[in-house]
Amino acid sequence: MIWNETKECMSRDELENLQGARLVKLVDRVYHNVEYYRKKMQAVGLLPGDIRGIGDLDKLPFTTKDDLRATYPFGLFAVPLSQITRVHASSGTTGKATVVGYTRHDIDVWSECVARCITMAGLGKSDVIQVAYGYGLFTGGLGAHYGVEKMGATVVPMSTGNTKKLVTMMVDFGVTGIMCTPSYLLHIAEVIDEMGVRDKIRLRASINGAEPWTEKMRQQIEERLGIHSHDIYGLSEVMGPGVAADCSFHRGLHIQEDHFLPEVVDQHTLKPLRDGMTGELVISTLTKEGLPLIRYRTKDLTSIDHTPCECGRTTARLARFTGRTDDMLIIRGVNVFPSQVEAALLEMAGTTPHYLMIVDRVDNLDTLEVQVEMQEGFFSDEIRGLENLSGRIAHGIQQAIGLAVKVKLVEPKSLERSDGKSRHVIDKRTFD
Amino acid sequence: MFVKQLSVFIENREGRLEQVTRVLADENVNILSLSMADTTEYGVLRMIVSDPEKARATLCAEGFSAMLTDVLAVRLEDRVGELHRMTHILCALGLNVEYMYALASSGKRAMIVKASDGEAAAKAVTDGGLALYGNEEMCR
Repeated sequence: MIWNETKECMSRDELENLQGARLVKLVDRVYHNVEYYRKKMQAVGLLPGDIRGIGDLDKLPFTTKDDLRATYPFGLFAVPLSQITRVHASSGTTGKATVVGYTRHDIDVWSECVARCITMAGLGKSDVIQVAYGYGLFTGGLGAHYGVEKMGATVVPMSTGNTKKLVTMMVDFGVTGIMCTPSYLLHIAEVIDEMGVRDKIRLRASINGAEPWTEKMRQQIEERLGIHSHDIYGLSEVMGPGVAADCSFHRGLHIQEDHFLPEVVDQHTLKPLRDGMTGELVISTLTKEGLPLIRYRTKDLTSIDHTPCECGRTTARLARFTGRTDDMLIIRGVNVFPSQVEAALLEMAGTTPHYLMIVDRVDNLDTLEVQVEMQEGFFSDEIRGLENLSGRIAHGIQQAIGLAVKVKLVEPKSLERSDGKSRHVIDKRTFD
Repeated sequence: MFVKQLSVFIENREGRLEQVTRVLADENVNILSLSMADTTEYGVLRMIVSDPEKARATLCAEGFSAMLTDVLAVRLEDRVGELHRMTHILCALGLNVEYMYALASSGKRAMIVKASDGEAAAKAVTDGGLALYGNEEMCR
């Protein structure tokens, strides 16, 4: 099934004309409505009239998370706040959040994109779908939720936390679809087995995303639960989940090209790369009103394939994401930068102690341990004092990154240093 | 009034305790008493030593977290009820014992006590007729 055949299956010529027309309007809109963009364009001597189609795309300057930070919170919005119906926020690298805003139309487009992704996974109006992403500032929960409603299925807004309750409802409500992170779904599978209700669930398909995962993990999910599992991609700056997803042929993720114009560029030279070559994904949001982005550098590594897919869709496909160009970690679906942990430590200690983040996956759930070296002023002769210290550090980091963390105090100079700088992250999870 | 206790932070991993005792032995520092407070991940080694300042400086130079803390060394006779005499005095004044351990070395007999309020505890036990070792006396 295809949700919107007109848009998802149009000929490449038609699609590129549509993209071109939308790009021209987008550039015109941001030039006139967003001072920051106007200045950026003026700085390279560019006028809106210089962009006549997608062939002119590479004349435009890139946009990065730094631009969002520089204009925090609403500086890149292209409409007055009275037209913004919702904001979401994701963690920034230095404490301040990245704020994104949506008009009513943006929410409609987002819901449409998610509806397409759900349809790609073979789910339809008669399905009962649990959304087990966190609801709140994170785009996962509400984004998926609105998509399910738009598509017309029954949505069960589980959010995250109580897995036994989730499984009980999965059985009692006859849930047939689920949207959550892949690692959480594997955890759910374990709870299903523990509860001995494997033969009582009616799950058919899952749509998983918001963290890096592998083809092997997808197969593991499919075998363990006897379902079809699909990959969904998105990022809050661009929209949220639903930017791209894979169809039943699993040959990459179809990007919703009528709304998002993709490029893959060399992460160092920033020159566009040919199909099949791995580089950084860059997206221009063709239709977004609230927070339009021009050539936004996602920092996600992938390659692109424009050849038609057997499913009938003509939209380009992105290869499974292989990593990031920066040091961002995705832990339980939450974006975490080591610099946030560093800032939290600095705030507490006055100086930055040496620390090491150890990310692992235990029983399919991500864990984060932060080892902190003991230093002058930290030490106490009382265990209670040390426990208070690690508790305070854990609390501070948790406030900064929004994730529960285990803090372990270690001896001075016991953490490895390489090239004079300490190594700050060990990620023990395997994604292959 | 107080004696200097040497406290050392050690992780629960192989060989760490051995390194602490080696450093002290090499520096010719005598350990008069010792107590270990431990959790699953780390421990705090508390010691009364013959030269606390030198011990602390050397251990820090060797990469350990070490500090000196003022504690009471309450002289106790070797007889029934002597410890109770001390705890009763502290209890009557609402003073908490954070930790304590015994010292019986070089002819000295004492209970090493870290109280919630060191000054008040020192006054209370001496008012109650018990004697305290001073730092110099202890290290001699």
